[in-house]
Amino acid sequence: MATKAKEQKPKKKQTVGMKILTILFTILSVFYVAPVFIVIMNSFKTNGGISDGLFNFPTAETFNGLNSYYTGMFYGNFPFYKTILTSFFITIGGVALILFCTSMCAWYLQRSNTIVCKIIYYFCIFSMVVPFQMVMFTLSKTADNLHLNTPWGILIIYLGFGAGLAVFMFSGFVKSIPIEIEEAADVDGAGPLKTFFGIVLPIMKPTFISVAILETMWIWNDYLLPYLILDKSYRTIPIHMQYLNGSYGHTDTSAIMSLIVLSIVPIIIFYFACQKYIIEGVVSGAVKG
Amino acid sequence: MPTGTRHAAPNEGNIMFRKPRRKLYFLIFVLPTLAAFIIGFVYPFFHGIYLSFCNFKTTSNATFVGFDNYIAAFQNEGFVRSFWFTCMFVVVSVILINLIAFFVAYALTLGIRGSNIFRTVFFVPNLIGGIILGYIWQQIFNAILKNYSTNLELNATFGFWGLIILMCWQQAGYMMIIYIAGFQSVPADLYEAARIDGANKKQVLSNVTLPMMMPSITICTFLTLTNSFKLFDQNLALTNGAPGVVSESGTMIYQTEMMALNIYKTFYSNANSRGVGQAEGVIFFLIVVVIALAQLFLTRRKEVQA
Repeated sequence: MATKAKEQKPKKKQTVGMKILTILFTILSVFYVAPVFIVIMNSFKTNGGISDGLFNFPTAETFNGLNSYYTGMFYGNFPFYKTILTSFFITIGGVALILFCTSMCAWYLQRSNTIVCKIIYYFCIFSMVVPFQMVMFTLSKTADNLHLNTPWGILIIYLGFGAGLAVFMFSGFVKSIPIEIEEAADVDGAGPLKTFFGIVLPIMKPTFISVAILETMWIWNDYLLPYLILDKSYRTIPIHMQYLNGSYGHTDTSAIMSLIVLSIVPIIIFYFACQKYIIEGVVSGAVKG
Repeated sequence: MPTGTRHAAPNEGNIMFRKPRRKLYFLIFVLPTLAAFIIGFVYPFFHGIYLSFCNFKTTSNATFVGFDNYIAAFQNEGFVRSFWFTCMFVVVSVILINLIAFFVAYALTLGIRGSNIFRTVFFVPNLIGGIILGYIWQQIFNAILKNYSTNLELNATFGFWGLIILMCWQQAGYMMIIYIAGFQSVPADLYEAARIDGANKKQVLSNVTLPMMMPSITICTFLTLTNSFKLFDQNLALTNGAPGVVSESGTMIYQTEMMALNIYKTFYSNANSRGVGQAEGVIFFLIVVVIALAQLFLTRRKEVQA
């Protein structure tokens, strides 16, 4: 991994202070992963085992095997595979749509740079500060009226609501590309479409990845927007979890734990698959903010 | 900015989008995003401002009532209480998260063994959504508090600190990444120069590192400030505002309810108070904008050029 190579270069001698820090951080790391570990551990325990002691290891009596995973699949009278599929569909579809549309939009806004374009651009920046509670009611009513309350329709809402950050980041990058390349292409008769897809798009790849990471993290974990907009027959993972958590009285804790494990697994895989990009994405998203 | 970069002059449009074809390409390039942006943000935003001056249950039967909703919002004890609770939470969480993230980042750039692993571990909680995190921590806190025969739903103090711990656990790693990038971008020759001038560690920290880190500090305080102010998911999943206490005037006041959650409940638990809820939304929006701008203004002033 590239980051690893970079950091091994100044291999310093470990002083006593640094060794103490390593030990300190090791302990801190244990506390950091503990909650996730506790969830995994409890997903293999019976409900009685969980309420007796959340922090106890499973024993012979409390070990439940994969039973809670089986019950979890249809817990809350809703098939969990549908939840996962909905979440995957909305996240991948939403991110793809945002990347495709906003990169084109940002390039035009920057290069054309008319008054109208500037107004749109500043409105996009402005939209990043507005809290969701300010628009939630009118947005959900608008979505209802336009019949956007399906997993397909919500992609358009995500494009609209996620446009701010994406346009902002793409614009920041377009500003730093010399315009001469594009003009040369234009003189050769390429036209804006060919110029964009042939020349600008490949140059924008790092920003594409950054925007994709940030929007993925947002949409995958988003709760209130899909909860208010989606028809009640669709559920994303956060909606399902809150539904299970909010149903008072008798809850099957071990089933919930197993579902949490199942919904964390894709994120962990995603993180280890593109850790380098995620860290770059976070940094470049922040630097431009 | 690399030399030789030329920007299209304003109002003129560059060669790429000359007058005759400008409109056509506007349709292709901008319209899809713009249409979605209008549906998803612009229209709901302005409609929301309009509705905050109305009495309504659905959007079709709105009647104009002027500033009544705003007056009602300021008289709503729950809303005012949630404002102060949010302020308290924001102050504590912004300070704690930034302090932790700053020093962890500092330590991890010293080159201690295992830095990469620590960085990975500290970042992971950011990928887990607020609802799930809230649930996990609710289970953990309640399991601990059971030994003292209490739980999160009975004691607001535990609810407050529980939320703080949760947010530190989640956000510190994200801010740490930004601070690490900041530390790595401080030019090495500045440290070199300080060392030659005979500065001790404390002087280096306050005269070289801190001024050079101001951009990162600006960004991280901005992010933690707005994140904490707008916090919703974690609040909903961890305590859902509990415990509720009946005030002297007989209304139920939820002790650990933050503004976002309070507005949400005003909207959806009582259809008669939607106008008030919308007005509270506008107030909430104005507060966030004012605080964000003030913070940017204050910390930007302290930034220096290398």
